[in-house]
Amino acid sequence: MLYDVIIIGAGVSGSAIARELSRYEANVCVLEKCEDVCEGTSKANSAIVHAGFDAAAGSLMAKLNVRGNEMMDDLCRDLDIPFKRNGSMVVCIHKEALDGLKDLYDRGVTNGVKGLKILTREEALEMEPNLSDNVEGALYAPTGGIICPFKLCIAMAENANVNGVDFRFNTQVENITSDENGLWHIRTNNGEYVSRYVVNAAGVHSGEIHNMVSKADDKIEIIPRRGDYCLLDKEVGNHVSHTIFPQPTNLGKGVLVSPTVHGNLIVGPTAIDIENKEGTNTTAEGINDLIAKANDHVKNLPMRKVITSFAGLRAHEARHEFIIGEVDGAPHFIDCAAIESPGLTSSPAIGEMVGNMLKDMMGLSAKANWISTRKDVMNPENLTIEERNELIKKNPAYGNIICRCESISEGEILDAIHRPLGARSLDGVKRRTRAGMGRCQAGFCSPKTMEILHRELGLPYEEITKSGGRSNIVLERTKNQKGGNQ
Amino acid sequence: MTNYDIVIVGGGPAGLAAAVSARKAGVDKILILERDKELGGILNQCIHNGFGLHTFKEELTGPEYAYRFMEQVFDMKIEYKLNTMVMDISEDRVVTAMSREDGMYQIKAGAVILAMGCRERPRGALNIPGYRPAGIFSAGTAQRLVNIEGYMPGREVVILGSGDIGLIMARRMTLEGAKVKVVAELMPYSGGLKRNIVQCLDDFGIPLKLSHTVVDIEGKEHLTAVTIAAVDNKGKPIPGTEERYTCDTLLLSCGLIPENELSRNAGVEMSPITSGPIVNESLETNIPGVFACGNVLHVHDLVDYVSEEASRAGENAAKFINGQLSESKGDEIEIIATDGARYTVPSTIDVGRMDDKLTVRFRVGAVYKDSYVSVYFDDERVMHNKKRIMAPGEMEQVILLKDKLAEKPGLKKITVKIEAE
Repeated sequence: MLYDVIIIGAGVSGSAIARELSRYEANVCVLEKCEDVCEGTSKANSAIVHAGFDAAAGSLMAKLNVRGNEMMDDLCRDLDIPFKRNGSMVVCIHKEALDGLKDLYDRGVTNGVKGLKILTREEALEMEPNLSDNVEGALYAPTGGIICPFKLCIAMAENANVNGVDFRFNTQVENITSDENGLWHIRTNNGEYVSRYVVNAAGVHSGEIHNMVSKADDKIEIIPRRGDYCLLDKEVGNHVSHTIFPQPTNLGKGVLVSPTVHGNLIVGPTAIDIENKEGTNTTAEGINDLIAKANDHVKNLPMRKVITSFAGLRAHEARHEFIIGEVDGAPHFIDCAAIESPGLTSSPAIGEMVGNMLKDMMGLSAKANWISTRKDVMNPENLTIEERNELIKKNPAYGNIICRCESISEGEILDAIHRPLGARSLDGVKRRTRAGMGRCQAGFCSPKTMEILHRELGLPYEEITKSGGRSNIVLERTKNQKGGNQ
Repeated sequence: MTNYDIVIVGGGPAGLAAAVSARKAGVDKILILERDKELGGILNQCIHNGFGLHTFKEELTGPEYAYRFMEQVFDMKIEYKLNTMVMDISEDRVVTAMSREDGMYQIKAGAVILAMGCRERPRGALNIPGYRPAGIFSAGTAQRLVNIEGYMPGREVVILGSGDIGLIMARRMTLEGAKVKVVAELMPYSGGLKRNIVQCLDDFGIPLKLSHTVVDIEGKEHLTAVTIAAVDNKGKPIPGTEERYTCDTLLLSCGLIPENELSRNAGVEMSPITSGPIVNESLETNIPGVFACGNVLHVHDLVDYVSEEASRAGENAAKFINGQLSESKGDEIEIIATDGARYTVPSTIDVGRMDDKLTVRFRVGAVYKDSYVSVYFDDERVMHNKKRIMAPGEMEQVILLKDKLAEKPGLKKITVKIEAE
């Protein structure tokens, strides 16, 4: 099949672009090397919707950050995903650095960030009593927010899929060439794909994809900049109510402390440049470093309440700027590369920008029956007992709790499996429902979720994975069971 | 809303024993709520023997031990609901539960017995650096996969932590044909029972490395290797002592945490040491009519002690609903654990409400050889028992007699401590 557009990568950028393109009459396909959407940088980040005062004035990063932030309320309402404008604070703990807050404020105003305010020590402490005793002042940005990065990515991809975009998982791009007709031939481990236009949204691998088609003097080197995080129990999720940043340095925005939209507390990230583009391993130094740094700005951090730690890779490029546009000498090949922080925030605006670009280049016309909204997996927690009983009467699976920590029922898991681009692994279920994301970290529910995946997808137990590939949970039958089956 | 005299949250060994004793004490309307598809709790996956030596004077497997109590529950026609999750317990003892069949419903309980058991500390809470691949399990989850579901997680195993489930699983995985390469324990002593170290590790030639921990986990998709290092006396890894083990399975047996989310939401006061409710001599929490027993109260070493403790909780809950548990007059004696004794259960005694004999259980914080368990009534030493060995993995106890306490009106505090001589 000849596609009009192939998007490489089903992270938050690729999914946002896919959704935007699904507005138009075009055959669009997303190629993803992993078994699900949201498997790379999009799944392991601060889950923050940045206000937009950090990026250099006049940069594309600044423009898309502020635009993405503005778009988030409507988008999250349409896609039925949680988003909260909890406000963010950049905290200054050295008197001599107070000027830095003013610089950030000015940059924010230039970037078009609304509502910025510089707070005195007293004002800051009143809003956030657990700030460090050393606080000297803070920059307050009421438009800062928190979001579920999994749900944002999954919802955009799902909505794109409902509107006709194909997704090919476990499909890794190996080589890209163009023919005499100007068509792009994409060789993958799953055969060749041919397309008129290509979008490179390959995250930490966007440099490699770019370099497959770019001129010799136009190569991109993406440096995976690792960030370690700790996630803390919901019991301490209200330790701070705003997202607390230190003052930024040349390595980034620093170690933040923030509530998550689901009520946990997140601490991170570190910033360590590495070579391995799949190097999402945490290190003892990294975790120790982030605990030390977080304590500079927030006091009495209850680090004993950590329920998990993880690392994500930012797709850093030396110029520290998003690279979005047609590749020189590679007509109809669009880069969406070097999308590092604030990539999650910017994703709706990235989608809009690339969507508009392709609409104009390709002369696309709008679909008559484009579906703009979707319903998320239900969260019965907010139902009254009567409403819940009504639901269970209709579908008894909603009465069967599978994940006790997050109170997730079988009904929600079945929905996650059977909806468009449904879950096929434990992590797929986890990111769509939160089953296994609580304080016991799936110790209790994973055998139960495996049983459901086995039953619903007809997957043998041995083929059920944590997150695709070779991440199988069990190896084989026990001796006893083998004997019993013979 | 339906009414029950006693609602028991959890149908494991604690819940079952509490139900049986409450019925023997004459309570009519008892309801056990169990989230699993059968009664017995975690004992159902403990298919090894060694249970019941104290209670039944014979060695039973976990399911057999549970069945001894289940039979009584069946014979006494005690009501129970399976596949039922308790969602909430309120301070005025309204229990909200949910299941496929019954939907969400509320029960007004005369008394509530908390018997939810405990859960395992997961990898995340241990901050072990490295990748997060498949192949890492808490020992109990692996035990469920092997013994209940009938699947092997892998063939080459490293175990971190020497809690009893980890030790039992070392033997179980070996018997299933896997190679258990090493058990690493952060502390300078094992967290498990001596008999399990002998029967599950020594008998199979599995090395136990004390004062060691996992410092790296390799494998992007599936576990391929772990690195173990020795730790100093602060638990920090010592550079240069790293040893790499290729493996496809890492089991964690690094401690059990009483499962008290429901208790906390109800307003039950917690001990930071045990992570379980603070209870008085009647195993009653700060909320009148709410009792706790078994591993939700404090993690036990032997199920026999769980059953015994739960029987007392059942009896006391029966007294409570019959109005026989006199109001506390506010002159409780405080029990203080110090000098090596980490905590006691109970932590207060009302002499007027206590039985003739009261077993006070506790654990020590380190290994003690040829030391004494001492009990002081205020400043007077009244008990001084020599013990050849005491270890954190095994529970200790002292027995207090009502007669003796009655001889000391005005007694304010009882102290339990470990003394060298």
